[in-house]
Amino acid sequence: MQMPSLELLGQSLLSGLFIGGLYGLLGLGLSLSWGMLRQINLAHFALAFLGAYLTYQLSEHFKLDPFLTMLIIVPGFFLIGMAMHWMFAKFKVTPFNSLLVTFGLAVIIESLIQWIWSADYRKLESPYSDIKFQVGKLFLPLPELMTLLIAIALSIATWALLRYTHLGKAMRAMSENPKMASAFGINEPMLALLLSGAASAFAGVAGACLALSFTLAPSQIYAWVGVVFSAVMIGGLGNPLGPLVAGIVIGLSEAATMAVTAPAWAPLVSFSLLIAVLLLRPGKV
Amino acid sequence: MKTNRRQALKPLLAAAGAPLLSMPFAGAANAQSGTPIRVGGTLALTGPLSATAMIHKLTGEIYVEQLNKRGGLLGRPVEWVLKDDQSKPDLARTLYEQLVTVDKVDLLIGPYATANILSAMGVAQRYSKILVHHTFGIPSLAKYDMQFPTWATGPTPETSGPNMVLDALAAGPKPPKTIAIVTSKFPSVHFMSVGARDVAKKRGMQEVLWLEWEFGNRDFGAIASRLKAARPDFIWGGVIALEGMLLLDAMKKIDYAPPTMFHFLPSPGPMIKSPDGNLGLAMTIFEQHEPMMKNAGAVEFAKIFNERAAKASLPDTSVDTQAAASFSAWQIFETAVTTTKSLDDKTLAAWLKKNTVNTIQGPIRFDGVNNYGDDLTKLKQVQNGEWAVVWPKPFAKPGATLNTP
Repeated sequence: MQMPSLELLGQSLLSGLFIGGLYGLLGLGLSLSWGMLRQINLAHFALAFLGAYLTYQLSEHFKLDPFLTMLIIVPGFFLIGMAMHWMFAKFKVTPFNSLLVTFGLAVIIESLIQWIWSADYRKLESPYSDIKFQVGKLFLPLPELMTLLIAIALSIATWALLRYTHLGKAMRAMSENPKMASAFGINEPMLALLLSGAASAFAGVAGACLALSFTLAPSQIYAWVGVVFSAVMIGGLGNPLGPLVAGIVIGLSEAATMAVTAPAWAPLVSFSLLIAVLLLRPGKV
Repeated sequence: MKTNRRQALKPLLAAAGAPLLSMPFAGAANAQSGTPIRVGGTLALTGPLSATAMIHKLTGEIYVEQLNKRGGLLGRPVEWVLKDDQSKPDLARTLYEQLVTVDKVDLLIGPYATANILSAMGVAQRYSKILVHHTFGIPSLAKYDMQFPTWATGPTPETSGPNMVLDALAAGPKPPKTIAIVTSKFPSVHFMSVGARDVAKKRGMQEVLWLEWEFGNRDFGAIASRLKAARPDFIWGGVIALEGMLLLDAMKKIDYAPPTMFHFLPSPGPMIKSPDGNLGLAMTIFEQHEPMMKNAGAVEFAKIFNERAAKASLPDTSVDTQAAASFSAWQIFETAVTTTKSLDDKTLAAWLKKNTVNTIQGPIRFDGVNNYGDDLTKLKQVQNGEWAVVWPKPFAKPGATLNTP
């Protein structure tokens, strides 16, 4: 094994940091709905890609700034999330069944995307694509940097909201014991709707970030499931900071693996970490 | 029933043992009657291979439509029974079983991509059905006697392909001395990259980097950084589908302008649309320009395909390798059936083994190892937002030569 140069290692780790931020952003909504609403929402990935395609469409065809598309996508996805939760509540979908139902929803959304945008690849050529900053010999591309900053900002804001505000405390109470929370006057159904809406809105934000950095294809929805699930589980369900921290750890580990050894070993990293966490912290996941 | 001139000539041609036959794409409309001839197959209409498979779907639809307009086969209409294998080889196997045992199709046409074709081949062998397929990447695995590949790569593409690419570069303005081979572990892609590695070594090139990644890799940042650090003269990119674009994106992000780079199976649309794809190299069997537009059925097919592809919102509407390979498969069926006047699998197979069929790719024969004939592969390059064949010279787009960054 040949040791990489500092430049190679530094650039690779930066790449890992950025993709880790995206893992965290994708995992944020998933973690909230899984940990606090007991819904294992596989449709979250499909929603993220729907958000990415909408960003592509609004930017390419309506010439909207990719970041401004979030002003349309986020409220829209918030409503979709609320509608999904309303459906789950109405039909009393159990956590296990939510996995099956949301997988079905993911397939429907994938088909919808393929129907509208075809199965062929779509690449958003945004004005930000070519912008990058140079620090010494290292390059920091703007779209990835923005994604990381958005992931950090949303994760910290969500954590702070849940920890320090009455609304957040009510949500945590609802999550821990819905009946007891209701007895104290907490409107559990409304808070659950809000939380589900927020989780979907986060998927929309992640989608916009995906569109800025990646070529899109409908089948790519499933390419992210394994690693983001790992990030969510390692980070702890319902913990807004967890997926980001775990995502960055996974991203850095994968990047270091790819810089030092064969890139084919990289996928082993996230799952090895997951197994280690499951073995060492059985009660924490 | 009306008979067109070609059909009238068929017995004469057959009697003369016609060594080279071709089917025109357009012809006089002809009356058809009777139960349809059913050609069954699957395509990856969903899943990771669907972007490419949709080209095959569009091609098949156009061919069957035009075939029926000119009288179908043996005076009967042709029906294409198409199922979605979801890009999964195991499902492809099940669906081909269904096509034979439940749908009782008359003929089998292959699915898209090597693994799925291999699955279909097993079923075809079990039921002694002929299988004409269009995108098989590892000829040494095609052992079944009645399988007929229409992607004319020759029996050893793992050496003939890389040699062709390196011949072109050696004859170009900046012959490379060092090579980096980075490759997906997608089976047929990896197979070609291993071949390229051996070929480069035999040609005395210095290998400065060899990297493999799992198909489905998302982060190409570290791989791009390693390429930048290795400073090769030439990059062999064993990439398939999205991977090529993701690698180019990752290179751009670290301000690395790659040297001449070859993409094994690129996504043709995004490559020509993105400025980063400029001067990228890839293999092809057909491009929509002279002299290949003189090949059988090319002009008529390209016209319809361009229109339908635009209507279907495909990023690249021109006919290239995938559409041409698919089109050839249908041409081979049509030629074999109309010449032998038979749907019998053994009769068709015997005829194909002895005859050359003139297709949109050029003449294809099946008398070599594992029914493979000549390697008709060419080298193409993105030039000014279009793919242009640059090697071998007789097939180069008029005025086009290999450019290096």
